[in-house]
Amino acid sequence: MNTSKKVGALVLVELGASGFSLINLKVMGALARLGEFTSLEVDLLVAGKDCAAAAAMAARVPGIRQVLLADDDRCEHQLPETLAPWLAHLAQDYAYVCVGATTFGKNLLPRIAALMDLQPVTDVVAIESANEFKRPVYAGSALAHLRTEQSIKLLSIRASAFGEVALGESSAEVVAITPPPSQTISRFISQQQVQSERPELTAARVVVSGGRGMQAGENFQLLYQLADKLGAAVGASRAAVDAGFVPNDMQVGQTGKVVAPELYIAVGLSGAVQHLAGMRDSRVVVAINKDADAPIFQAADYGLVADLFEAVPELIELL
Amino acid sequence: MKILVAIKRVVDPGVRVRPLADGSGMDIASAKMAMNPFCEIAVEEAIRLKEQGLASEVVVVSIGQQTVQDQLRSALALGADRALHITTESILEPLAIAKVLHALVQKEQPQLVLLGKQSIDGDHNQTGQMLAGLCGYPQGTFVSHIECKGDEVWVTRELDGGLQTLALKLPAVVTTDLRLNQPRYPTMPNIMKARQKPLVVIPLAELGLSLQPRLQTISIDAPKARQQGIKVNSVAELVDKLRQEAKVL
Repeated sequence: MNTSKKVGALVLVELGASGFSLINLKVMGALARLGEFTSLEVDLLVAGKDCAAAAAMAARVPGIRQVLLADDDRCEHQLPETLAPWLAHLAQDYAYVCVGATTFGKNLLPRIAALMDLQPVTDVVAIESANEFKRPVYAGSALAHLRTEQSIKLLSIRASAFGEVALGESSAEVVAITPPPSQTISRFISQQQVQSERPELTAARVVVSGGRGMQAGENFQLLYQLADKLGAAVGASRAAVDAGFVPNDMQVGQTGKVVAPELYIAVGLSGAVQHLAGMRDSRVVVAINKDADAPIFQAADYGLVADLFEAVPELIELL
Repeated sequence: MKILVAIKRVVDPGVRVRPLADGSGMDIASAKMAMNPFCEIAVEEAIRLKEQGLASEVVVVSIGQQTVQDQLRSALALGADRALHITTESILEPLAIAKVLHALVQKEQPQLVLLGKQSIDGDHNQTGQMLAGLCGYPQGTFVSHIECKGDEVWVTRELDGGLQTLALKLPAVVTTDLRLNQPRYPTMPNIMKARQKPLVVIPLAELGLSLQPRLQTISIDAPKARQQGIKVNSVAELVDKLRQEAKVL
């Protein structure tokens, strides 16, 4: 049911530590799917400070109408108190407003929605029509198929559910727009980025995750060695994070990050339902655990009942 | 400082739930219920702020049927001072819940509103942000550390790439992440005492809000089941399978 009239979609571009985040290309992948049901004109909005490079990258997204750029002190750190009222105003001109279902998107989109008196659909994993979407509930134990008649649809896109579009060579026009007015109710104090040479967890082709069975933080070195062999990112269960083995941004699960790599290797990890929610859509799952009854074996394509301290070095050796 | 904590009754996180065969919802009629784990953390944090002398009163609120009073009583047993029960038979969307809480914020005028970052049933992660928007208050979401500093609250937030600290002018809305604290257990004497604490029942209709649902649920279905996997006997066999069969190496 492709209408000839084009409707507008606005993508709120996420700026990561390195500029233009990969998640934006996944959001575009979701919009490509939406474009099968309705004819879309897509604008990308880049709001930040010193983000001209990210805007130039955004301009290389194929098939977009334009990039709106607010490069200003007031947009630095993208505080929702600053951005939401302004975006609620800008969003009036669009039929869809989309963002990745990351901490950035989760923080910002509902505040915009409340100001617009709209109910967003978050963590979209499937697009069934121009106004029907699927999202996981109960830690991924079920998929809710929802319809909305709201004239403006606010969506956050789960990265693991959509393919990414590739950046093109040509550039769309970058249009400078007036930044939002400043506000005084919230202030940025500091940020600690976790430094890593490895690929980003939510974007990696291979993920190696450790659980409580790793027994100590230094034993994660084993997993880092394995990951380096495979070009993989390293994740962890909540138990491993709570035990202080690794920082919490490595947590995979309902309350951590949701990943869907080609290959997920779970090491010394029992496989609680909250953890499975974060990796159940991985293409191939491998479990290495000495407890043959661990629930992770139910979710694994290939299970190896073995002591990880023997099996992982052997695996590194063989790769 | 008065703190308002919003809590939700959900299926106990230890219970495996499945969708009903007809796609009409989840099979939870006989499931064990509990306070949402993120809400427990919010209650715990409010009580700690009171114990540190930073909060004078902790008010808990829940929205739903008669049964949510179980969770309100639990919160009172943990140390909250009084409870509000907004009664409704309907399941409300986050926007509607935020509007109800907004009405209560206007009535109660708390300096700090604490909520969990998400409920483990709907998994929306929206209500706190929406409430902050409606109130025009600053928001600290996914918070793993809180510090009161004069007329501000300093919050450390868990982001995808690390941690961020913000200063929020009070009144503010804060949503809790798992690492904010370890909730305590109620003691028997406190459970007994909680029965005497005030719990006020307010029918939703009395708030005079228009709360039309914006989303229609067509169905709730099980996700695609994974194929039953196999056990391999050695690391060599595993590597071989990953190369030859799964073709991921």
